[in-house]
Amino acid sequence: MTASVTSLVNQPYKYGFVTDIESDTIPAGLSEDVIRLISAKKNEPDFMLEFRLKAYRQWLKMDEPTWAEVGYAKIDYQKIVYYSAPKQQKKLNSLDEVDPTLLETFEKLGIPLSEQKRLSNVAVDAIFDSVSVATTFREQLFEVGVIFCSISEAMREYPELIQKYLGSVVPVGDNFFAALNAAVFTDGSFVYIPKGVACPMELSTYFRINNGDSGQFERTLIVAEEGSSVSYLEGCTAPMFDTNQLHAAVVELVALDHADIKYSTVQNWYAGDANGKGGIYNFVTKRGLCQGVNSKISWTQVETGSAITWKYPSCVLVGDNSVGEFYSVALTNNMQQADTGTKMVHVGKNTRSTIISKGISAGKSENSYRGLVKIGPKADGARNYSQCDSMLIGDTAGANTFPYIQVQNNTARVEHEASTSKIGEDQLFFFRQRGISAEDAISMMISGFCKDVFSQLPMEFAVEADRLLALKLEGSVG
Amino acid sequence: MISENSPIILSVNNLTANVNGTQILKGMNLEIKAGEIHAIMGPNGSGKSTFSKVLAGHPAYDVTGGEVQFLGQNLLELEPEDRARSGVFLAFQYPLEIPGVSNLDFLRVAYNSRQKHQGLEELDAFDFDELVQQKLDIVKMDAAFLNRSVNEGFSGGEKKRNEILQMALLEPKLGILDETDSGLDIDALKIVADGVNQLSNPDNATLMITHYQRLLNYVVPDYVHVMANGRIIRSGTKDLALELEARGYDWVLDEAAAGVA
Repeated sequence: MTASVTSLVNQPYKYGFVTDIESDTIPAGLSEDVIRLISAKKNEPDFMLEFRLKAYRQWLKMDEPTWAEVGYAKIDYQKIVYYSAPKQQKKLNSLDEVDPTLLETFEKLGIPLSEQKRLSNVAVDAIFDSVSVATTFREQLFEVGVIFCSISEAMREYPELIQKYLGSVVPVGDNFFAALNAAVFTDGSFVYIPKGVACPMELSTYFRINNGDSGQFERTLIVAEEGSSVSYLEGCTAPMFDTNQLHAAVVELVALDHADIKYSTVQNWYAGDANGKGGIYNFVTKRGLCQGVNSKISWTQVETGSAITWKYPSCVLVGDNSVGEFYSVALTNNMQQADTGTKMVHVGKNTRSTIISKGISAGKSENSYRGLVKIGPKADGARNYSQCDSMLIGDTAGANTFPYIQVQNNTARVEHEASTSKIGEDQLFFFRQRGISAEDAISMMISGFCKDVFSQLPMEFAVEADRLLALKLEGSVG
Repeated sequence: MISENSPIILSVNNLTANVNGTQILKGMNLEIKAGEIHAIMGPNGSGKSTFSKVLAGHPAYDVTGGEVQFLGQNLLELEPEDRARSGVFLAFQYPLEIPGVSNLDFLRVAYNSRQKHQGLEELDAFDFDELVQQKLDIVKMDAAFLNRSVNEGFSGGEKKRNEILQMALLEPKLGILDETDSGLDIDALKIVADGVNQLSNPDNATLMITHYQRLLNYVVPDYVHVMANGRIIRSGTKDLALELEARGYDWVLDEAAAGVA
């Protein structure tokens, strides 16, 4: 790779600052006592403590998965801090009582929370280390019956919904990281859309890791009742530390008859430096259950950060005629490693799924797509279309595709397409010979490559995603 | 078309260049005036394609000596995109496919970069569309090609016609055609040659790099140069090309060797 391509793909991380704030942090380490302490600090109902302990006991018997195409030093789970929260007054009556340092932090990240500055059509839940610090537009949403709050509050205020749905899509013992999350998760967002309601605004959660020793274990639960619909977006950033932080989240979505959930992610955790020092380990379990007939769950993800990404947002298509979608752009640079994809599990009749995956690898990074399409014996007429495209920038990055297909019903139709393209010196020279600068050339090729995915993002964020990728890949021409 | 008083477009003086540490150009000299059509011929490995890429500024080639003046300015100190915007156009031997970028967008961005550089008005999508429609006729291309990705799935002939379409839009002062005739059937060759002839005028110049006489039947050169071992060893008129076609390259090489000795 020439000097010009190298400098084009290296852009400093803008969100690497640390907020200096007094925190309530418990000592590092994990045990049943730590779990009891977390549960007590959060004033949880008893069923939650049982949920956590059950998960912990299962986790103790499990092994960390090793099948992904990623390599990292063994994680010492006793060195992680499992609870860290900014100190603040117990009860907040309005957003304006939130610690100004926190409001400033989020404003610096481009997420204004205060009444005057917040986005007019997007409700935001802001999560800082282990806790939710603010949720905007709660009252306005509540007027139409939509519940949007932190999951901690939901446990206290809507225990029957939590008890019914938490762990119903991703069981506590689902996998190593999901079990760990179930044992120690500290906050996350809860969304409930009642029957027949189309959520009137975009919902969004913004995650911020601040403490260098703490892990972030959030849990998000979205329930869409019959005939309802919602579009939800999450964003994430973290400071630059030269140690690695573990982020092990779980997201569960439940769509009942005719319900429609659109879940978008713009992930920009700190990726580590050019030599691979520091960065977030992003080990995440996301799954949606299309429980009802004609229900639909659509995942869109733009993954640009993290030292390691290990996530497979999935759809279990139980309801007849239900639809699952997965649109993904995963960009890796320098020493980043990503092993990401989806699982589409067809159970009901005439279920349909679409997978569009775009992997972009630059630097010395490794970028793998891993996906499973499974058609069960009763899924008559099921259909899947998968398209996995890889783009290599320069010639030191790697791209892999691991598509798994299991079909147990002979009326099913499964299609898979894959391609690999490259942005190298010759491609850039072709553009430059026509008078187009190298920066514009990369930008045109990348946005062309990603347009099928970006077009799925909510309007406000499509532009942001385009800019984010451009930022990650552009710079001064060397 | 030769005219003694025409301004000089390109002047190459004792140019030497390396690729991966190996010297390929060993003292190129060439002068091209406005209105002229030149052809460089020569055996494989003589450095013809290298010469075209060095003129266009490909970063893989290191210029080690000599000078290149283009319209009175030092071409070698310009970035490739600035050479292009100033009027140097290279039609590639193997045009690349660019998936995801529509031909129309590519053409518009390229056109507007040149307009901006030359202090001319940039065109919006609608005005550009009108302009492009007029240019399509020059290479007999269907408008459907505009909405496809650049060169993706194009046949060899379609790719070469697309190169000439780009040249038609960018109206270069110096059009360099690198083996534009390779891989073309006779019909495609006629279309491409016809396009080149339409674009040639008293204010610009064309430099064709080719193996074969065939193209020169359709685009008739004012000068023919034979290149071997990194430099021009003989220059003549179009008759030289016919003689090469009939007798091969060996006699020129032998005479040059004798001359040097």
